[in-house]
Formats: sequence, C-alpha cells, structure tokens
Amino acid sequence: MTCAVEVRDVRRVFRTHAGMLAPERVVRAVDGVSFALPAGHVLGIVGESGCGKSTLARMILGLLPISEGEILVDGRSLAAMDRRERARLIQPVFQDPFSSLNPRQRVRDIVALPLAAQGNISGRQQRDQVMEMLARVGISAEIADRLPAQLSGGQRQRVAIARALVLHPRIVVCDEPTSALDVSVQAQILNLLAELRRDLRLTYLFISHNLAVVEHIATEVAVMYLGRFVERAPVDELFRDPRHPYTRALLSSVLTPEPGNGIPDVGLGETYPDPANIPPGCRFHPRCPVALNRCRTQAPDNIVTHGRLTECLLAEGAQGTR
Amino acid sequence: MSPVLEAGNLRVTFGTSVAAVRGVSLTMNRGETHCLVGESGCGKSVTALAIMGLLSRTAHRSADILRFHDYDLTRLSERGMARLRGDRIAMIFQEPMTSLNPAYTVGSQMAEVFQRHRRVSRATALDRAAELLQRVGITAPGLRLKQYPHQLSGGLRQRVMISMALMCEPELLIADEPTTALDVTVQAQILRLLQNLQRELGLSLLLITHDLGIVARMADRVSVMYAGEIVESAPAGALFAAPTHPYTRGLLRCIPVPRQVRRDEPLGSIPGVVPRIAPDFVGCSFRDRCAQAMPDCARHVPRQRATIDHDYLCRLPTDWTRAEAA
Repeated sequence: MTCAVEVRDVRRVFRTHAGMLAPERVVRAVDGVSFALPAGHVLGIVGESGCGKSTLARMILGLLPISEGEILVDGRSLAAMDRRERARLIQPVFQDPFSSLNPRQRVRDIVALPLAAQGNISGRQQRDQVMEMLARVGISAEIADRLPAQLSGGQRQRVAIARALVLHPRIVVCDEPTSALDVSVQAQILNLLAELRRDLRLTYLFISHNLAVVEHIATEVAVMYLGRFVERAPVDELFRDPRHPYTRALLSSVLTPEPGNGIPDVGLGETYPDPANIPPGCRFHPRCPVALNRCRTQAPDNIVTHGRLTECLLAEGAQGTR
Repeated sequence: MSPVLEAGNLRVTFGTSVAAVRGVSLTMNRGETHCLVGESGCGKSVTALAIMGLLSRTAHRSADILRFHDYDLTRLSERGMARLRGDRIAMIFQEPMTSLNPAYTVGSQMAEVFQRHRRVSRATALDRAAELLQRVGITAPGLRLKQYPHQLSGGLRQRVMISMALMCEPELLIADEPTTALDVTVQAQILRLLQNLQRELGLSLLLITHDLGIVARMADRVSVMYAGEIVESAPAGALFAAPTHPYTRGLLRCIPVPRQVRRDEPLGSIPGVVPRIAPDFVGCSFRDRCAQAMPDCARHVPRQRATIDHDYLCRLPTDWTRAEAA
C-alpha cells in the first residue's frame, strides 16, 4: 500500500553568519527524520519551540528545499512535482489567521484563489465550489463578502481551512492551527477538523505544542527534540506508556485543570537546547534526569523496541519496563 | 486583617463606544493568589492596568473603591502612584522581550528600579540584583547582569522580569500572562518559582491568565471574567468542583485534558463569539451564547451567592446545575 506521506531521512541545515568575521553558525533544524503515514491517519508532531517541527512541515509542503533525504507524497517524489500538482495533493493551515489571509481580498476571493491558480475551472464552477466549501466549514454567504479584518479569529481560521480544502487535497498540514485562538473557539475548530477528516477521508499532519490537543485529534504521535523524532507511537500507547524521558517530562508539565495538585517539578534543569550546538551522544542527555555515562557518547538513533521508535538507550536496555 | 488591595465597582471605558471593565469588585488578602481568568478581550488585562494606573490617555477609569492598604488610588497623584509602582506594587508582563529595554544591560535596568526607590549606590543596587537573579534560579548572575535582553532565552528573560519586579520586595505582584510565551516545561519551572517566592515573601499575587490549568494549580481564589464583568468568583476548589455560571461550565468543557480524552466524542464548545459591549448595555452579556437564556436575561442580572464565598452573576438558581447534569 502506498502511504499518503513518506519521509526518508530528511535533513535541513541553515547556515548563518552573526557578523562579517564571526564564525559560521550551522543550525541543524531537522536532523534525520523518517516516517511513513498511511492515508486517513493523523500524525501529531509535538515539541518545544526550536525543535524543528515547523521546518519539517514547510519541507513537506514544498515551501522549503530539503538539504538531504527524500519526501514522497502519494508514492511520488515531492521534488519531481510542479507547484500545481503539489497544491492538488497537499495544503497548509497555518497558526496565525491574522497574517495568513490577504487583508485586501474578500473571503470568497481568498478561497477561490487555489482554484483560479489551477486554471482549468470556469468562473461559475469556481463560485459554486467556493460557496459549497465555505458552507461546509460554517461560513455563511453573507460573511463570504467580508474582508478578513471584519472576522473573528475563529471565523478566519475557518476561512483558512476552506481555502486549504477547496481543491480537495488528500493531505493537510496543520501547523499550530489553534494556538492563536481562545479555548472556546479552539474546541470549535478542533471539532470541525475532526469532522472534515472523517467526511472527506483526509490525512493530517498536525503540529502543536499542546499535548492535550494532539491527543484529541491524532491517531499517532511523534515527539520531536532538536531535529529528530525521539519517540513515535500510536496515540493511546504514547499517552498511556511514554518511554522517552523527554516525553515523560513533556507529559508531566501539562497543567490539567485539577485544583490542589500544585505545579509539577519537571526536572529538566537549566540547560536549554540549541540546534546550532547539538550535544554528542544522546542529544537529550544534558537535560535528562536519568542519563547514564554512555549517553554522553553513544547516540541512540533509530532504536525500535516492540515496534515503537524510542531514541533512548534506557528504553533499549529495559524493554517494557519503566 | 485589612486587605492588601480592594476594588469596588471598577469601571474603564474607552471613548463613548467601548466599556472594557464594567463594575469589577475584588479583594486581595496578604499572601493570597487571586486568578483573573477569561478569554481575549474580556477585560482582565485592562483591570490590571487600571489598578496600576497605567491606562492610556483615551481610557476613563472610575471606581467606588480602589484601595491599596491605606492609599486611596482614585485620589492618589501621578507622583504618588509612581512612588508605589515598582516599589510596593510590581507587575510582570507577558512578553519579556517587549517589556525589557533592548538598549540597556540587564544589570542597569534592574539597578535603576532599586536606586530610584531606595536612594542607594549603584554598587549596592547591583549586589541586590545579583542576589535576586540567584534567587530565581539563574546561575552565573554576574555574567547575566552584563548581558543584554536579546542574549537571553525566553525562560531566562522571564526570570529576569520576575527578579526585577521583586527588587523592592513588593507586597502586591500583578502578573499578566507571565508564561504564555513560554514552552510548557519552562512554564512549569517559572510557575513553581512564583509559587515558592510567594510563600517565602508573603506576596499577594494577582495572576491574570486564560489557562484554566494554571488557575487550578496556582489559585487560592478565582474570578472568571466575561465581557468586562466578573461572572463568577469562588475559592479554587469550589469553582472547579461546583462551577455555577453557564459560561464557567462551558469553558471547563472546552479544555481537552490529557488521558481523559473521549476520542469519538466532540469537545464541548461555546457557540458564537464574545460580544462588543457599549457603556449603556443592559442585561446578561452572555445571553446570546447561553443555552439557558430566557427573556428576562435582557433585564438587570442579579449577583447571587452559591455559598458564603462563592458568587455568580446569573438569574439561574444555584441548584440549576443538577437539572443540567441529569
């Protein structure tokens, strides 16, 4: 079976100069990510700022060239496709609906643009398809004539979703689609995305720093740290039995609305990860509360136990136990 | 014991068309953490700025009571307020990058606060700054004092902001979304720090946030704001155990909680959007989004008591939630 998305050892390096005479900084934003996502699944990617999750998303969308590796969409290399073809297969929904919509265009024109860019659909068909998709995401005909500035944050995100879906793509890359929204609106948008996936048989790559949101929508979850997937598992397994110390730290730092529990001690210390200076051995070892001596030298790349990726030497040594 | 801060019927309007804060009343005791929670635009930040006397010139503030200890803040001159601010009342803002001055070192910004209020030498002020940086868990404070804000990570900047706010040992600390710009692991560290400092120093903390998880873990008392009003106020335990206002109940249903997700069910959500409220608005501001709304909700809404220290702004009787649960 061909997978909707297949990513093979993808890397992305940025080179920057702080000043004319300063040494070159080499930032390894994505440092060897591989995964295969079957059609209809939702891969949630979680990680802290600077872990490379947005860089990965931009490469999969074809918005950023790949330094090394290969990305296949629907079994075909992304590099071999032209822009129109790519747009019919894969579409984005970004975080900030305030900057991702053209402020000078009416809603109906914003949503029509992907159709117009394909260039093979009549004006009448375009209008019908736009209005159909807007209705599908809960935007009325009256709102379709407005400008983005006249809409609320939730309405804007609905418009961004309609624009992403109007070409009926197979894959949607959602990069923090609800982070800029209030909780009551976030719930509306998450419910809409879940419903659309079911009805239109979509595949999502869903990037978020919010673990609870990912648990709600994803079928499988990848935890990203300094450019790599350090753990990947079906959603229920990951939340029930997190194996990587970083995943456990992330989960324990989620503040659930349960009074009296206090603020958890995450135990990660004061060192912050820097993608321009990735530590040798296990990239997480300077912050890891349970690191061993060999973690400083031995990289735990691609360790799979019981069918689950866990890039941790301890997970390999102590299979199935904590 | 007299309260540290007392506000009664605090109102803020912008021009003639927008009422941002509409009759907020709250009392803060020594050592207490009071959380103001609500969605964007509900007036929680404007409330904080109104207490600090930091509103823009286009805003109009009025209050029946606005007291900090024995100071009547409604009558205090700008100079008098400036003497309190940064000394006995301090504030931490959401985005430390925009509230620290990029052109000055951390040390010079921190020392300035202390020199201004305490008339001490530069060297004494810098010593105090180093002591506080250490206190908030910053290693190598000597180095950090010489650095500029852009050289620090987000978590470090927020620690600097906190230690700067503590320079003069304030009695009241107002923190407006202090961890919203931070990653979850760093957020937990910063909140633990605030909690420890507060216990050690007996600080009163007015914590403004949109995150009910933070509220549950930090608050002694919670006030839920909607459209410029406190719609429900209760001790934290009571608010989460027996939320009574329909908005509070709706808000709690919207939050996805890890390991308690029912994947086949949609999340609870509140239909519609927050209305824009004009100064002459009458009735319940939540009625257009409320499943329990009735014609009378367009008239004056009573503030009712669920228990002695738990009140809510709604016509429904306290036991209506039993009918909803059934």
